[in-house]
Amino acid sequence: MIATLRALAEPNRFEIVELLRTGPQPVGHLVKRLRLRQPQVSKHLRVLSDAGLVEVRVDAQRRIYELRPAPLRELDVWLKKYQRLWESNFERLDAVLDELKTEKLKHKEKSHGRKKR
Amino acid sequence: MDAKSDSRPATNAGTLKVTTPSDREVAMSRIFDAPRELVFEAWTTPELLKRWLWGPDDWRLAVCEIDLRVGGALRFVWRDSGGKGKDMGMGGVYREIAPSDRLVFTEVWDQDWTGGEALVTMTFVEHAGKTTLTQTVLYSSRAARDGALKTGMERGVEISYDRLASLLPSLHARPKEKEASHS
Repeated sequence: MIATLRALAEPNRFEIVELLRTGPQPVGHLVKRLRLRQPQVSKHLRVLSDAGLVEVRVDAQRRIYELRPAPLRELDVWLKKYQRLWESNFERLDAVLDELKTEKLKHKEKSHGRKKR
Repeated sequence: MDAKSDSRPATNAGTLKVTTPSDREVAMSRIFDAPRELVFEAWTTPELLKRWLWGPDDWRLAVCEIDLRVGGALRFVWRDSGGKGKDMGMGGVYREIAPSDRLVFTEVWDQDWTGGEALVTMTFVEHAGKTTLTQTVLYSSRAARDGALKTGMERGVEISYDRLASLLPSLHARPKEKEASHS
């Protein structure tokens, strides 16, 4: 997963992954869209491929790149775990706040004698 | 996911939002159904923090020391109560304190996985009895932020969640594995 994160941390590679979301694309299209030189794009594609994020297929003379969803799914599961961590922290905080509200209310009622609400 | 057995009617409270305002920052916001004085209190009182600010699984906030004045220190240690007796600590210094309104402090993890000090800014904005808490962590560099992401424990981890989240539905929805683009 570190490999996935490293690969995605580079903006052009992130862009490539985004471009491939819509479906497989030949290298030429990616080069055009990214406005980079072909060797640079190939280098980025190699990194993505090493990380298992894309796979290549040769169709006639064209090299067609396609996204491999597995590493992203793994990342998704992992990130959700941490989002859940904060969510459960905040749910506990909700409960603490409810308690504080009730306490404050009691306190107020006490100090205001029998003021009706 | 189930909406957690909560007897209160649905409000717009409770949704955690994570964004990346810049490449060195991560911001997280959440609405709480309480006045901001109480939310502030819950974030600055050790006995209260220990009740809710936990780590993953069995990690509990075991040590929580707060010297709530500008220049005062804070020290938080989470302990794995799952038995392995491991600790994970973080320390810092309060830089700005505006009670119930704003809190700024530095933080450094003992393992220093964020490449030095990070600056945490918390704002508490109340509207109609509800408080929006926004916590922004500014890392020393983009690499530091990404370091926090890699190591995985805390806020840092959600860094690119908002961007990644945009990728994922389309992946889940992707149809035929091998639909070649014969064109």
